[in-house]
Amino acid sequence: MRDVAVIGVGITKWGELWEKSLRTIFVETALLALDDAGVDRLDSMYVGCMTSGLFVGQEHIASMLADYLGQNPIPAARVETACSSGGLALRLGYIEVASGMNDVVLVGGIEKMTDVSGYEATYALGTAADQEYEGYHGLTFPGLYALMARAHMDKYGTTREQLAQVAVKNHQNGSKNPVAQFPFKVTVEQVVNSVMIADPLRILDCSPITDGAAAAILCPVEMAKKMNKPIIKIIGTGHATDTIALSSRKDITWLEATYQAAKQAYAMADKKPEDIDLVEVHDCFTIAEICVTEALGFVEKGKGGKAVEEGVTAIGGKIPVNTSGGLKSKGHPVGATGAAQIVEIVEQLRGQAGDRQVKNARIGMAQNMGGSGGSTLVHIFERE
Amino acid sequence: MEGIVGYGAYIPRNRIKVEEIAKVWGADAPSYKRGLMLEEKSVPSPDQDTITMSVEASKHALKRAGIDPAEIGAVYIGSESHPYAVKPSGTVLAEAIGAVPDVHTADFEFACKAGTEGMYVALGLVKAGEIKYGLAVGADTSQGAPGDALEYSAAAGAAAFIFGRENLVAKALDTYSYMTDTPDFWRREYQYYPQHGGRFTGDPAYFKHIIGAAEGIMNKAGAKPSDFDYVIFHQPNGKFPFRVGQMLGFQKEQIEPGWLVNKLGNTYSGSSPLGLTATFDISKSGDRILIVSYGSGAGSDAFIFEVTERIDEVRDLAPKTRDILDNNKKYLEYGVYAKFRQKIKMAD
Amino acid sequence: MTTPSRYWREIPQRYRLEANKCESCGMSFFPPRLICPECKNRDLVPTKLAQAGKVISYTIIRVPPHQFSDQAPYAVGIVELDDGVKLTAQIVDCDFEEIKIGQRVKIEFRKIFQEGESGILCYGYKFVPE
Repeated sequence: MRDVAVIGVGITKWGELWEKSLRTIFVETALLALDDAGVDRLDSMYVGCMTSGLFVGQEHIASMLADYLGQNPIPAARVETACSSGGLALRLGYIEVASGMNDVVLVGGIEKMTDVSGYEATYALGTAADQEYEGYHGLTFPGLYALMARAHMDKYGTTREQLAQVAVKNHQNGSKNPVAQFPFKVTVEQVVNSVMIADPLRILDCSPITDGAAAAILCPVEMAKKMNKPIIKIIGTGHATDTIALSSRKDITWLEATYQAAKQAYAMADKKPEDIDLVEVHDCFTIAEICVTEALGFVEKGKGGKAVEEGVTAIGGKIPVNTSGGLKSKGHPVGATGAAQIVEIVEQLRGQAGDRQVKNARIGMAQNMGGSGGSTLVHIFERE
Repeated sequence: MEGIVGYGAYIPRNRIKVEEIAKVWGADAPSYKRGLMLEEKSVPSPDQDTITMSVEASKHALKRAGIDPAEIGAVYIGSESHPYAVKPSGTVLAEAIGAVPDVHTADFEFACKAGTEGMYVALGLVKAGEIKYGLAVGADTSQGAPGDALEYSAAAGAAAFIFGRENLVAKALDTYSYMTDTPDFWRREYQYYPQHGGRFTGDPAYFKHIIGAAEGIMNKAGAKPSDFDYVIFHQPNGKFPFRVGQMLGFQKEQIEPGWLVNKLGNTYSGSSPLGLTATFDISKSGDRILIVSYGSGAGSDAFIFEVTERIDEVRDLAPKTRDILDNNKKYLEYGVYAKFRQKIKMAD
Repeated sequence: MTTPSRYWREIPQRYRLEANKCESCGMSFFPPRLICPECKNRDLVPTKLAQAGKVISYTIIRVPPHQFSDQAPYAVGIVELDDGVKLTAQIVDCDFEEIKIGQRVKIEFRKIFQEGESGILCYGYKFVPE
């Protein structure tokens, strides 16, 4: 297996992009990544997208995007594990380069969510859950995480304010991110008084509906060295699954797939939680970030709420989480999120994160999760 | 000897008071309460209908019967509010209790007497030796037009009876039915609310048929009113059952245990059947019970039952009718009631 | 959203809560499975679930999916039945303030939703206070 580097990243402004179609958003973003990498020919591409079919009635997007990126006849695949599709694209691209099968591979993600009504978007997102045994009973995506939140609060004493602080921190970070959908700050007061979506989660606990894409270019480290690029290596990758239905889990407050995927990535990278300088996690809801920090081993089980309250996960804290603003402030175009995490980590490791910069960032981690944790991808990056 | 092997009741927990309805329409609540002898009625939640209530009532009947539902050979639901215009309610019930696929199912309809119709047929099939057990349910989520007199009484509930020939809770001693074509109350297809003939629904309709059936069965059985411990008449309002009882020569005390309408409302196909379950709940071995239903259009089915000593063993195996009626109630305001009963015009 | 065949296929589970059980390791599964995830045994046997249990967690859905739009707000919970199997379903006939983790509830047959004005009626299980 060869060592793999990320030599280019691209991301455009996220939000309600009325004027731009799915293919436009992706191609504009991918071109930025190609330019950043200084390449114009790819060997293959992987695109993460949860459900272009339900959102814009378009399947077969891998070929369409390869076409509009001017890259026919390269192999192109659209991959899907709900909201972790972007992270999956990264892993599969990594494997393709590491195995020696191909050299220059684009990994990216796209989701165009605003062409459907709110009801239809809720339905589409809900397809990540168990349709016959969760969706059938009226459970929504926020509802799933609300069930986790209530149980976590009951079991560990996590408070409403601690959940709010995740949103406050992420908006604080996002306000410094030029591509964020919601680059403004929020207060705990605003969060706890915002409109209720699924008790106890309110709208400011929830990531938004977003249009957006992100992309990265991978190549063997040896090739990157010849191109005189700062070497950002992928040193660990992990992928794990868990039950599709939340009710099938032994402990609904624990993200087992995240724990397992992280275990694989740490082992492969020969690193421990203390070695990580910053991490991008999947804060689809504030409670998710709390549970993820526990499952990744940064804090003890049950102590995720306390950690955010004590500033442990702020920029400048012991383990900065979601310096990009996370899904909460940056936005969550479902299939693109995992790819956007790569962009933030790479910019941080290159020292190009501006006001969000973590000092001496050398090792970064990205955790990307699908549904209520039914799939998780974890990657670890290191600047040489 | 054939008869009832198990019985069960189900009433939704929501209620609305006469005053609450009267307030909206500017009606004189005390007059309605006095005139109809009504105080409040049951209201189904939006997730409840004839089918769901029939399933729960039948589960209660199964608990008392103590039989394997796979041995039920017939499943009938009588209602004037079957959820589908075309697709049986009875098959959902039969699946839910596990009586499928060796079972005969039909939906019955005859205004408020559809419940006793199913009972008549289920009993008949048991008598004929065609089936081992037959389940008959009377259930409705009746609608009354807004502001109409019927809005004060139209209510929801279900009563289920399992007929068989062994381990009877009550022997079925006699049956008699009295029918004529009398258009006192009807609903045309695609109309949302029923219509009625005002005062025409009294003497030529309710009274004529109940008296006809009661006298008919008493002649047939060689019985008189004082031979019965209890009698249940169809209860469209609080007054009619007492009036017809008096006309026939029954005493108040015979009617009271099965008289639920003042707190329940008129559950249409569930009306006299629920009166029967409530009466079984307080009866003892040897009691003779007469039940006479009434369905507009018009007709009455009458049954004479004699309670066996098994009543003491089964009475408490499932919730008692008055316990369901009196406990765990939730009172609604008219707005929520109208929302639940889909009387509010929604967007597409 | 559902279709007649997708709805009908799950009737044994929706109406009768038919489950299955792995006799090697004692675990029960709802909905039934073809292979035991613990010991990989493929000879699973039919079993019936307990009819009551306790609330493990709950939420109140205020922003519903389309076919539930006339029902919101409504409570949904995960209930652990007395035989250890956990299910997701609505909790009804109970004020929201009364719902608690650990509360005893039992199964009742209810209408879950309808496919618009002309589609099928979909029934199933919900929980009510015991």
